Formats: sequence, structure tokens, C-alpha cells
Amino acid sequence: MSVWQAFVELLKRDLRLAVRRRAEIANPLLFFVMVIVLFPLGVGAEPNLLERMSAGVVWVAALLAALLTLDSIFRSDFEDGTLEQLLLSAQPLSIMVLAKVVAHWLVTGLPLLLVAPLLAMLLGMKSAAMGTLMLSLLLGTPVLSLIGAIGVALTVGLRRAGVILSLLVLPLYVPVLIFGAAAVDAAASGLPVAGQLYILAAFLAMALSLAPVAAASALRISLS
Amino acid sequence: MTDLANSTVNLHADSVECSRDDRLLFENLSVEICSGEALILEGRNGTGKTTLLRILCGLRRPDVGEVRWSGVPIEECAVDFHRHMVYVGHLDGIKRELTALENLRVLQTLSGRGKFSVDEALDAVQLGGFEDIPVHFLSAGQKRRAALARLLVTDARLWILDEPFTSLDVQGIELVESLMDRHLSAAGALVMTSHHQVNLSAGVIKRLNLSEG
Repeated sequence: MSVWQAFVELLKRDLRLAVRRRAEIANPLLFFVMVIVLFPLGVGAEPNLLERMSAGVVWVAALLAALLTLDSIFRSDFEDGTLEQLLLSAQPLSIMVLAKVVAHWLVTGLPLLLVAPLLAMLLGMKSAAMGTLMLSLLLGTPVLSLIGAIGVALTVGLRRAGVILSLLVLPLYVPVLIFGAAAVDAAASGLPVAGQLYILAAFLAMALSLAPVAAASALRISLS
Repeated sequence: MTDLANSTVNLHADSVECSRDDRLLFENLSVEICSGEALILEGRNGTGKTTLLRILCGLRRPDVGEVRWSGVPIEECAVDFHRHMVYVGHLDGIKRELTALENLRVLQTLSGRGKFSVDEALDAVQLGGFEDIPVHFLSAGQKRRAALARLLVTDARLWILDEPFTSLDVQGIELVESLMDRHLSAAGALVMTSHHQVNLSAGVIKRLNLSEG
């Protein structure tokens, strides 16, 4: 049985689970929409102000929505014993972890990416910045899932992991937020954005290659 | 690796020691399991039966000593060892939202195909007819049967079972015992804990009581 087949099978399993649970898809999306819709109500509907804040608001909301769903990467598998079986499978654990993270991103990250332009428009973001917003989220949200997987893997054995998880993961999220929001801001002011996007892409490449290995080792520690 | 080495079981825990929360569970404990042998761990609650099983299957490392598979420490031959070993723990390792069929198919892909197909394995544990119902709707005993069907869908020669008879009815226990007999007479091996009387007719039965010494 090849590694690739196992990767696909596990990915399909997690997607099937998400479809059967539904709330897992709806929850982060609803949170994302609510935060962004509530912002104009809170700070007042002044078009200039909202337009200037739009990049930051969308990015912060996406980051918090991702944080909200992190626990679901490994928690339920830990509780019903399927995580043990994953550790004892005859496949490299880091590749299996990657399959789970990809499934997590497809379920929680991709929907955010798709509704983000609508919400950005709601805040009055310039249409010139839309493409950059999508691209920065496309590069940035998988990094959030990958880094988050390490944090969850480390804390999955603890009963109340919420606070520790946020403390562990948030500092690592900050660079992604800074460069993501900066790229969108630059695009809105008509400045070149290649630099910020290259850095986001570098984050993604680094997270893709290192995070699965780190999360796999963390899982071994958590389950022993 | 040759066929001969593939077909025999040799798991050797060499003077392992383990403590939990500053309490020594066992020290200088050596066990060896070979083809055709069944090792039954006995002892009161909290004497470390589950911990020993988790050490034997590699989920936990012993504080001192090591576990060897055909002479190689299990950390160094993890993929080969995991292909030949299947562990059914306290937790069923079954997803409640998926059907028994979907669950077993994933597990089979993860650990390599065995003699039985998923359908045959479900028939063998008498879950035929229930394969398309999410496990969530099955009874505790049927869920346990689905977990035990995992023993059949892989090609594992070593079964490590933690209280396999939990929530099974009398027929279920007899069924699992007959599967164990068949496994032992086909040169398989098993390690298990159980509070029930285990009636096996095939293989060499060894008992280890962790309460003593």
C-alpha cells in the first residue's frame, strides 16, 4: 500500500467526517462573517475609516477563525482512539499529519478565502486590492493551519488546552498577520506587493516542510 | 527481509522498567512472545497491564530497557513492526460518524492489506447487514466487534489486545476466542489482558501476573 494512497484515503475520511458533522464547516465561517459585519456597527459607518481598516479587520478575523477551529485537527481522533491507530500505522506519521492538516484547511480555510472578497467589499475595500487579499489569504491561511497543528499536537493530551494553545500559537501567527495585512494595504495604495507575498510564500514553504514533522514528534510525546 | 523472518513472531521486552506518577509499576521485567504463543497478562487494577501493552506496541517508551522485534529495537524498525502488529486498546479507534465499512477501509489502507477483505471481516464478526450504518447507531458490543474486525483486515501476526471482551455478549466472546485459536494455529501470536476467563484450545498459553513482585 503506497503512502500516496493512504494520504488520499485519510484526506477523504476527514472530509467525509466534516460533511457529516456540518457544524465544523459552518462554525468558523459564521464567526468570520459575524466579526466583520459587527465592525462597522462598533466603530461607526464612516467609509474612509472602514476602508483604511479593512485589510487588518479581514486578516484578524481570519486568524481568529482559524484559531477557533484548531482543536478539531486532532482532538476527536485523540478521544476515540483513531489517533493511536494512526501512530501505529505502517505509514510515515508526518505524511498522515499533513493529510489531516490539508483536510482541515479545505474545511475551514478555503471557505473563508471564498467569502473574504464579499466581506471586504462590505467594508469598502478598493477593488484593486481584492486580488492581493485573495492571494495573501491563499498563502497565509494554510500556514495558520500548519503552525496550529504543532500546537494542537503538543496540547492534545491536556484536558483544558484552550489557553495554552492560544499562547503557544499566537506569537507564531503574528508574522503571517503582519505581512498578510501589509500586502493588502500596499495593494490598496497602489504600491508593489511582490515583497510581502514572497515572504508569505516563504512562510508557507517552510511550514509545509517542517510543521508536519514537528507535529508528528509532538503527537508521539502527547500519546506516550 | 526473507519470508522466514516475515512469518515468525519474536517480540522481546528486555528488562523493562516503568513508573507512573512516581509510582513504580514494574522493574526488570522481561517477556518474550513467539509464534503460536498467547501471553495473558493478569493483575489487579492499576498494576500496569495497559501500560505494559502500550510499551510492547511502541506507543510508550519504557523508562529503562527496550523492546525488540526480531532482535531490532522497535523504534528502529517501526514501519516493519507496525505492519505485523495490530493493537486494539480500551478505545475502539472507530469513528462514530462513519460506517463500519468506511472505518475498516481506512484502517486497512493505513496498515496494509491482509487475508480478509473488509466485507469478509465484517461477516466474520457477524456485523454483516450493519456495514452501511454509522457506528454511532450501533450498540456498544457491535462497536467492539467492528473494532475487533480490524484484527482480520490486516496481515498482522501479532495481536496486542487490551480487554478485548469488554461489552461483548457470550456468543461474541466465543467468537473472538475461536478467532484467536485460528490465529494461534496459523503461527500467529497474541498478548492480551482480560478479567474474563480465557478459553483457548490452540497455541501455548503463558500467564504473567503483574500483582506479584
